[in-house]
Amino acid sequence: MIATLSSSTSVVVLVGAVFLASAVEMVEALTIVLAVGHVRGWRSALQGVAVAILALGALVGAFGPALVHVPLSTLRLVVGIVLLIFGMQWLRKAMLRSSGLKAKHDEDAIYRETVAELQAQGAPVGRDPVAFVVAFKGVFLEGLEIVITVLTLGTSAHRLGLAVIVAAIAVVLVGIVGVIVAQQLSSVPENAMKMVVGIMLVSYGTFWTGEGLHVRWPGGDTTLLVLVVFYAVVAAAFIRVLRMTHHVAQEPAHE
Amino acid sequence: MSDTASLPVRLLKGFGRFWWDFLVGDTPEITVAVIVIVGAVALVVHVMRVNALAYVALPLLVIITFAVTLYRARKTG
Repeated sequence: MIATLSSSTSVVVLVGAVFLASAVEMVEALTIVLAVGHVRGWRSALQGVAVAILALGALVGAFGPALVHVPLSTLRLVVGIVLLIFGMQWLRKAMLRSSGLKAKHDEDAIYRETVAELQAQGAPVGRDPVAFVVAFKGVFLEGLEIVITVLTLGTSAHRLGLAVIVAAIAVVLVGIVGVIVAQQLSSVPENAMKMVVGIMLVSYGTFWTGEGLHVRWPGGDTTLLVLVVFYAVVAAAFIRVLRMTHHVAQEPAHE
Repeated sequence: MSDTASLPVRLLKGFGRFWWDFLVGDTPEITVAVIVIVGAVALVVHVMRVNALAYVALPLLVIITFAVTLYRARKTG
């Protein structure tokens, strides 16, 4: 019973983290691809997307099976450290954005900037290397973060297949919704999603770093859920304190 | 490095830059803190052999790192 609960907790956190992280990165990639497609035409843009997807698929195919052969405690320590650093960076940014200390990620602004940069390159003639390269880079770099999340979380939990399927569903869903609503990606609650992903990555990072160092967690895998709640509460407290101190600093001094 | 650098060199540089941005970026204090945390917890587990201290210290040190990096961000604006 307890083992089943532990396993279910682990799967739920894994699915949630992979889905949200993949969705957030897909929103960022899609913003670039939509800008390229609208300004420079879809043919070269979609070719860039296709080549980037092939390159990312090759990376998963090459490193996924290889990682399975790394000893589990070593793998979890390395993955734990990577997730801890990556997750803390995400969560830090999300907390700063929520408290008003950092500007929120604005997909509309990014779309406008990309469009302006592409228009400055001049009209495309025939095959368009600019559209190809910008679309390729956008998809490959954002996709690389999805690949790292999928490989690290999937292999450490011994559920690489599940992680790949969840990421693919997230990417396809965001892709379909993104194409339908086109230029309205700014309405996606990206910072809230990043906050949740950050909390999950830091929780996983803490848990697996501990496992890799042979720390025996009280409660086994259910500790993961405790860590998620713990970091969520702490993040909310940090945001509250940052908002209060930010407002105090902005108020003019009264005589 | 000039633009005339060979493709393998450019790919290697790009690969290194990606990992540097990914793991260090504009928050080197987080990377350094995580390395220190791992070292400290390893000492507690393998030298002091106090498991309870290890599983309390690990998330607590993460929280302290957040406090430091957020304070730094607030100070620098």
